[in-house]
Order: sequence, then C-alpha cells, then structure tokens
Amino acid sequence: MGSYILGRLAALVPVLFGLSVIVFLIMALIPGDPATAILGPYATPENVARLRQDLGLDHSLPVRYATWLGNVLTGDLGRSSSLNRPVLDEVTERFAATLVLAGAALVLASLLGLLAGILSAVRQFGLADKLVTLAVLVGISMPTFWLGLLLILVFSVRWRLLPVSGMVSIYGGGDLPDLLWHLALPAATLAIVAAGVIARLTRSAMLEVLRQDFVRTARAKGLTERRVVFGHALRAAMVTVIPVIGIQAGFVLGGAVYIETVFQWPGIGRMLVNAIATRDVLLVQGGVLVVAASYVLFNLLADILQRLLDPRIAP
Amino acid sequence: MTGFRRALAGLLLGAFLALPGAPLRAAPVPKDVLVVGQIAEPASLDPAVSTATNDFRILVNLYEGLVRYRPGTLDVEPALAERWSVSDDGLTYRFTLRPGITFHDGTPCDAQAVKFNFDRMLDKTHPAADTGPFPLAFFFAAIDRVEAPDPLTVRITLKEPFAPFLSNLAYPTGLIVSPAAVMREGRGFGRRPVGTGPFRFVEWQGSRRLTIERNPDYWGTPPKLRAVIFRPVSDPNTRAMEMLAGGLDVMVEVPADALSQFRDGDGFRVHEQAGPHLWFLILNTRHGPLQDRRVRQAVNYAIDKRAIADSLLQGTAIPAKGPIAPAFAWATDPAVTGYPYDPDKARALLKEAGAEGAKLTFYVAEGGSGMLDPVAMGTAIQANLAAVGLAVTIETYEWNSFLARVNGGLSEAADMAEMAWMTNDPDTLPYLTLRSGALPEAGGFNSGYYANPELDRLLEQARRSGDRDERGSLYRQAERIIVEDAPWAFVAHWKQNAVTTAAVRGFALEPSFFLRLDRVSKD
Repeated sequence: MGSYILGRLAALVPVLFGLSVIVFLIMALIPGDPATAILGPYATPENVARLRQDLGLDHSLPVRYATWLGNVLTGDLGRSSSLNRPVLDEVTERFAATLVLAGAALVLASLLGLLAGILSAVRQFGLADKLVTLAVLVGISMPTFWLGLLLILVFSVRWRLLPVSGMVSIYGGGDLPDLLWHLALPAATLAIVAAGVIARLTRSAMLEVLRQDFVRTARAKGLTERRVVFGHALRAAMVTVIPVIGIQAGFVLGGAVYIETVFQWPGIGRMLVNAIATRDVLLVQGGVLVVAASYVLFNLLADILQRLLDPRIAP
Repeated sequence: MTGFRRALAGLLLGAFLALPGAPLRAAPVPKDVLVVGQIAEPASLDPAVSTATNDFRILVNLYEGLVRYRPGTLDVEPALAERWSVSDDGLTYRFTLRPGITFHDGTPCDAQAVKFNFDRMLDKTHPAADTGPFPLAFFFAAIDRVEAPDPLTVRITLKEPFAPFLSNLAYPTGLIVSPAAVMREGRGFGRRPVGTGPFRFVEWQGSRRLTIERNPDYWGTPPKLRAVIFRPVSDPNTRAMEMLAGGLDVMVEVPADALSQFRDGDGFRVHEQAGPHLWFLILNTRHGPLQDRRVRQAVNYAIDKRAIADSLLQGTAIPAKGPIAPAFAWATDPAVTGYPYDPDKARALLKEAGAEGAKLTFYVAEGGSGMLDPVAMGTAIQANLAAVGLAVTIETYEWNSFLARVNGGLSEAADMAEMAWMTNDPDTLPYLTLRSGALPEAGGFNSGYYANPELDRLLEQARRSGDRDERGSLYRQAERIIVEDAPWAFVAHWKQNAVTTAAVRGFALEPSFFLRLDRVSKD
C-alpha cells in the first residue's frame, strides 16, 4: 500500500509540470497582459512598455517560465501583480475557504446521494423510487448558479433565515456556528448536482448487488433486511460508488467557481476568475496547481478507500 | 459492519445538529458602523498606483490632497492647502499648508511630505520610485519641479501653463500619502495605507471586508460614523439581494433591473448623480466607409440614444449630444443639439455618400470600467444601423483583450469600437483621444485617427489659458467642431447610482464619482 501511494504521488509531479507549462502558454496566448490590465483604459503602448519592464514581462517566455519554475522549486510562488501580495498567501487563504465549501458539499452530496440511491434501489419501481428518480433528474438538470439565486431569494431575502453571501458575518461572528450558518446555502446548492449523480450510481450498484447470491444467503440466514442492505449489500456497492465520489470531488471543486461567485464565497474559484481577467499569470499558476493537485489527491484518496473496502483490489 | 452504520448515523446526526445549532441572525451591526457594498475588492489603496473608481471610493476617505472638489461640484476648494496663488504666467503655484496636520502614523504632513509625493511619481531616481507603477503620473507630467522652501509652503513650477492642474490635484492621483509609511512598506503600502483623511485604515481581510475607522486626530469636523466596512460583492444580483436582505447600508452601482425594486420598496432611498462620463463609439476615420463624414453623421442619426438610455439602461443614463459631459456646464453649449434620432436623415446621408449597404465591423466589449451594458448596447446599435441599411458585424472581446485591440488603433480590422471615459476636466478626454498628436503611433488614445489642426489649436490654447471663461469659450468651439465632424458616435452619459437604507443620513453622490462618507450617519 505504501509503495502504491508513493508511486501515485510521484506521478503527480509530471502532471503538475505539464499543467504549469500549458497554463503559462495559454496565459501568454490570450491578448492583453498584466500591464494592460493594470493600466486599463490608460494603456498607451508607451505606458504598457514601461510597466511590462517593471513587471519583468519584457523577457522571453522560456526565460519567464524558467524563472518562475526555479522560484517555485524553492517554495516561492511569486507576487500577484493584481493584488500586490505573495501568491502563496492568497492561494492558501482562498483554497482553505474552497476546501470548507467543497468538503461540506461533498459530504452532504454523499449522504443525500447514498440515502436516495439505497432507498430507490430497495423500493425499485415503488413510489419512493419514482420520486427519487424525478428529484435526481431535476437536480442534475438545474444550473447551479440559478438554483443558488433562487435559494437566496427564498431563504435569505423572503424568510431571512440564512445570510445572502459571504463566509462569516461582516460584523462580529467568525466562530464555527457562524461559519456553518453561512455555509448552509452554498454547500446545499453545490451538493445537489453531485448528489444526483451519486444517487443514480448507488441505485444501479445496489440493484446489481442485491441480486447476487451472497445477499440471498444473508437473507436465508435470517438477517434483518436492514442488516442485509446496510451491512452486506451497501459495502459491496460502495466499491463501485467510491471512485465516483472521488470524481465528483473534482466536479464540486469546478462547480465551486459559480457558487463562489453567486454566494461571494472567498474561495479559489472566484480568485482564479479574477486572476484570469487581470492576466495575473503567477496567481493563475499558483491557483491551478493547487486545484489540480487537490483533484489528483481526492482521487487517490478514493482509490485508497476502494482498496481498503475491496480485498480483491488490495495488494 | 455496525462501525460503518454508526459512522453514517453519526455523520447524519452531526449534519442535522449543526444547522439548528447555528444562530438565526448574526450580531447586528451597530448604528455608528456603516456597511458599504462595493463592486470588487480594491486593487490598491495607494492613490498614486490606483486607477479604479472602485478604489477611489475608499481612497477619498483615507487621504486628502492639496485641494479637493467642493461637494456637489467639480470645482476645487482648499483641503491640505488652506490657500494658494498662481503666478501671472501660469507657471508657478504656491500652496500654503494648514499647520499641524499629521498623518495617521503621527508623522507630520508638511511641505517635504508633499514634495515626496510628486517626486516619487515623476522622478525615476527617487528612493521610492520603485513602489509603483504609477499609471496616472501623466496627470502631473506638466510639473517641472516641486520645492519646499519652508515647512508650510509648497512651490510647484510647471514646464508650461496647464489649466487642468488644480483639478488634477483634486483627483485621487493627487492624494497625499505618508512618506514614512511608503518607505517602510515599499510596494506593500497599497495594502497598508496611511493618509491624513477623516478615516484611518484598520484592516483588509482579503476579499471579505475592508474596515476603516474614525480618525480621532482629524483637523476638520470628525466623521459621525465610528467605522465603515467596505464589502466587495462582485455579482450585481447578489449585491442587490444582500441589500434587500439587510446585509448592507449602502450599495453602489445598482443594476438597472434592480433599481425599480428599490424605488418602489419602503425603507430604501435611491440616489442618482450624472457625472463627467461619456459612452461613445470610436469611428475609424482613416480606413473604410467611415472615412466619409456623411457616413459618420448617418451613424449618429441612426442610433436611438433615447431608447438606449430610457429602455435598455432603464434610465441609468441620459442621451449624449456631444463629446463634453453636461457635468462640465461651463465648457459646453446647451444649444448644441447633436444628432437627434432620425433614421430618414441617416438614409439620405448614406445615399448621398454612396454608402448604402456598407459593411462595418464593430468591436464590442463584454464589460469594463464605465462600459455600462456593452453587449446589449452594441446589439441595439447594430439593429439601429441595420434599419438604415448598414450591415454591422459585431466582434465581442473580453475587456482586456478589447483594450489591447482598441488602444493600438482600429487599423483596417474594425470600423467602430465602443468606449467609455470618466474624466475630471473637459481637457482630458479630447486632449488624449482626438488630437493629431495623440494618434496611436504617437502613443496616444486616438484610436479612430481623427485629425483636425483647428481642434488641435483650440485644445492646446484651452489648456494654457488661466481664465475659466476663456477656456469655456474655447471648449464650446471645440465641441461644435467635434459634433459637426463626428469622429465618434455620441451615445450616453452614465448616471451613477446608489441605494441606501432609509436610516442612512447625509449621504450624497458626487459628480466626481467619489464617495465621501465623513458627513454620513445612521439613525
């Protein structure tokens, strides 16, 4: 197991390297650069040239990349041109916020998805199954930003139960209950699509497992239906479901961009959107690396869990 | 197996317990703390570095310049300088500073400090020259030298007479920062600002909030508010909902769609103020069909400016008649009628020019500073022009890509481009964008290549004249030429807006688009 994890972690290095090259190239290809972004409407060619020199943008692309890579290897992600602060500080702060949001959404999505999937598999073709299938279809089809606005209108503007936006109260607050209070709407919105996908998959995995011999044996032994479903069938079905939850982690991270905008969550998705708009190459690089690395790590985690659950895969 | 079940049950229970355990309302914001919903996190709080209106709204509360705009006007009044005099040749400005003023860090705001501020921006060898970039330093390009003969006297000598100089000093680029703090913080000064203003900086929590508090040592009338929290809420719909839900006391840049909701709703007050803003189309006078003045005039006649301002922008703008915003009342001629909507006249002009059915390429921005609703406006204009027989192809670009394309000149790639400017003096816009000396090849913003020696002469003369009546008359002559020659299509002047709750008192928007909060209070 140890060598497996080490091997997977080592594979992360070329992935991140390739990604950083691609991001660097794309940022160089799109028109405009940090100098034009900072100067805005005042970007005369002369001003741009001076500022480019200031920002070290007058060097060739390979030189800039090599400089950046050298700095990264020594733990220096550079300084954001748009925010005028170290990229590492900004990325760490923002990523922590995203992790809270995405983590809560993933837990919520897994719980809802598993329960809905199990329910609809156990009551196949029953009313519960039909309701779950319908709800899943609606959930998957709903644009998240629209759903977010709708939830804000109902829960925050009309009923005033939950805050409209932000991560903690603007005045006072900042403790755990305050955070959870702010987290409820964005996490629920973000969880709904992922929950749909997980529910669908759980349903089909459970249906398959429930038809297998060992389930019949378990029932023949006289175990309660609850123990059969949760104790035996679900464990077997989880082997199929867990990698999908791992992939959903990626979708949740991606979906966080919209949700962070609608709910003004100070996460890395919103940071990346701003960084691209202001052509803040170093900030984009730093943000993408962290997101990519976490995506790979989430999947690794899912694989490890799968191996722990399924003796046939484990070494 | 039971372990798994127990874990699942535990998680579920935890999730259900966490929500009801949370408070249903956060601690209310006290009456002497104002929460302002901004459109974005500021880029920098260093006035020499900043270029964004969004930043200016904070800056004018933290800092002061030698002079400032009198509330409700674009005329200058004393600020850090209690009086000044200008030499007869218009070259030497002598400012007398108010005695005893200190920066928020306790260091004195004296003549040396003022000198430091301008030298920092203009002298490449200055010890703080690397704390930039200073994109708007050209506002003070006319300065030859700044001297501090004694602690309370600042003498600024210009290379040539420059009438907008005082107005530029009142612009945020002229706000005075603490030299000691700049030397201490370096480039980080923009995140730890130190000025002399009625409020002082407390903290800047990333994209969450930025707090300023009353400056107890302020030389003038101290602000009524104890503190102001600026909250960036970049999504306009979320900003409106945050306002409706009571999360903000003040909200700036209300989307047109949401404005009626606040107008009709109890408990809110809508504030509107036209400012020195112009939204226009740059027309390519060097290449393509728009080289012909009649075609440019036809484009102007064909655009239904009233419908754009009233319907599309829902009254958040007024139709433009010419290049000079009505906010500069002294520099514009009320008799100029511009180009009232007249598609028949447009068709006749196109026929006369033999340009019927001409094909035009039109650069449209996706967003951008002061650009209002550029995609919808571009589409409306395309339809207006189609109605008079002009085939317009729209090319839409993201703001930075757009600027990179437009600022280098439209060349043969495009016939028209959207643009918007906010300025503080009638000199700025035509001088930077319509002079033959401002062509893109000369490093200027004249992206449509308009050149007219008579206009060049009028603009040069107007910026050298020390007499406002004379300047006004020169700008009115320039206005007539620009309207007649139509190097642009004049479309709209933005009315900036804000919403406050009914409890907010003493709030007023300024024609300068700044947001001064020192007289604001909450019931």
